[in-house]
Amino acid sequence: MSAKTAPGPAPSLLGSISPGRKIKDKVVQGLVYLAFVIAMIPLVSVLWMVITRGVARLDMTFFTKSMNGVAGRDAGGGAYHAIIGTLEQVAISTVIAVPLAILTAIYLVEYGRDKRLARVISFFVDVMTGIPSIVAGLFILALWLLTFGFSFSGFAGSLALTILMLPTVVRATEEMLKLVPNDLREASYALGVPRWRTVCFVVLPTAFTGIVTGVMLAVARVMGETAPLLLTIFVTKAINNNPFEGPQGALPTFIWDQASDPNTNAIDRAWTGALTLIAIIMLLNLAARMITRRRKIASR
Amino acid sequence: MAKRIEVSGLHAYYGQVHAIEDISMTIEPRSVTAFIGPSGCGKSTFLRTLNRMHEVIDGARVEGKVMLDTEDLYGSSVDPVAVRRVIGMVFQRPNPFPTMSIYDNVAAGLKLNGVRGKGKLDEVVERSLRGANLWNEVKDRLSRPGAGLSGGQQQRLCIARAIAVEPQVLLMDEPCSALDPISTLAVEDLVAELKSQYTIVIVTHNMQQAARVSDRTAFFNIAGTGKPGKLIEMDETSKIFTNPTEKATEDYITGRFG
Repeated sequence: MSAKTAPGPAPSLLGSISPGRKIKDKVVQGLVYLAFVIAMIPLVSVLWMVITRGVARLDMTFFTKSMNGVAGRDAGGGAYHAIIGTLEQVAISTVIAVPLAILTAIYLVEYGRDKRLARVISFFVDVMTGIPSIVAGLFILALWLLTFGFSFSGFAGSLALTILMLPTVVRATEEMLKLVPNDLREASYALGVPRWRTVCFVVLPTAFTGIVTGVMLAVARVMGETAPLLLTIFVTKAINNNPFEGPQGALPTFIWDQASDPNTNAIDRAWTGALTLIAIIMLLNLAARMITRRRKIASR
Repeated sequence: MAKRIEVSGLHAYYGQVHAIEDISMTIEPRSVTAFIGPSGCGKSTFLRTLNRMHEVIDGARVEGKVMLDTEDLYGSSVDPVAVRRVIGMVFQRPNPFPTMSIYDNVAAGLKLNGVRGKGKLDEVVERSLRGANLWNEVKDRLSRPGAGLSGGQQQRLCIARAIAVEPQVLLMDEPCSALDPISTLAVEDLVAELKSQYTIVIVTHNMQQAARVSDRTAFFNIAGTGKPGKLIEMDETSKIFTNPTEKATEDYITGRFG
């Protein structure tokens, strides 16, 4: 009897995706795209605004002249003094902060482990991460300028930026070092390689790309800092190539100064200053990418 | 080359945990000694005490004596780094250095210890890769990353790296457990060749492997969870697998437990 039943398609054992799941899938996908778009809106609009308003003064004068003798309502004038100042200040603070931070992270991950000293350092790094930038500026003002009696200088600004850079780079490096598999350290120890050589030639190269990324993030962060610089480099409209003596310009303070001046010419300069700052950070990021990529190819 | 290891009254701890208890044994030069036993019985821990790799773990410590011919590895003036140069190790999972080329991986032990000179390094790299039966497969791509090789090739690369520093003893911690049967065979053949020059100790979960490659076999066991591992019996491999003295050994090799 059963042989006579219609040989219709057998009910599928695997079934099909239930409508409920299909809908959920679509909804969640939609939400993810929506979140992405919402996150992009401020980014794109900021870029758009800075570019459209910044191009007005994107000329040679802007990059070759300072504001010396140029009043707010005057056309012309440039940010050369500010660009030089920013580059020098950030370069100096990077040179101070990065080795200190990397060595600290190496201590925390490779040597300190759960020692009391490591826990204390780790705690203070966390505290430093939360220091508002103006407090860093005030600290250098109080210590370097008022207590030690040094005068305003680009270097004082670098010190304030160093305080802000240190914890970021320590944390980033620490995370990267932790990602290096213990297998590699053991492989190196088992070859009779001492610990410090293992750190220098096995652990650090493995974490190199991540550390560079962390450093770039920190550089980008401090490059836009205004408050600590106002208290430490003071203000000047003139070119000062020497970061160790006398007030120096910087792009963030230049932008702040020009933007607070209610003249179109000054406002235009502020926008172009902002565009320049973004461009510098982008170029540095590109350079870092190139370095890490070249290393990857070289190791092949 | 190739030295005898004599262990007496060795205990190892991880912090408060007593991992292995009172082990004494002799490991003969130019032979393969296999350690077998159920998981967690301390075979790997014991192996790591033989080149002072145990102590790189926080809180780990060792009591007892390990004599390499006439020198005590745990003597107060002994540098653990120097010990590891004499007693090399191959790990369970192949772990070539990811940032280095095949060439640099093999040369790593020498380079990181300050040996320079391209001629010398070239020679060592070729000899080690030939020794690890890998030369013909990689000789045309020495500058490619070591991590790009297959699992079995990576493990032989790690063996080449270990023998490049010319150790006296080679410790292998389950070197084939992450490999397919063909690669396993390649590594086993290699072990058989290497034993003419080195003292080899191999930890394995695979009893057939122990029977195939080793001259002597040591059986470790554990009385229960949280108890320290012990050496139950050590003898000629053929005797362990055909006519063991201890009941526990027989139960283990016949598959009654473990």
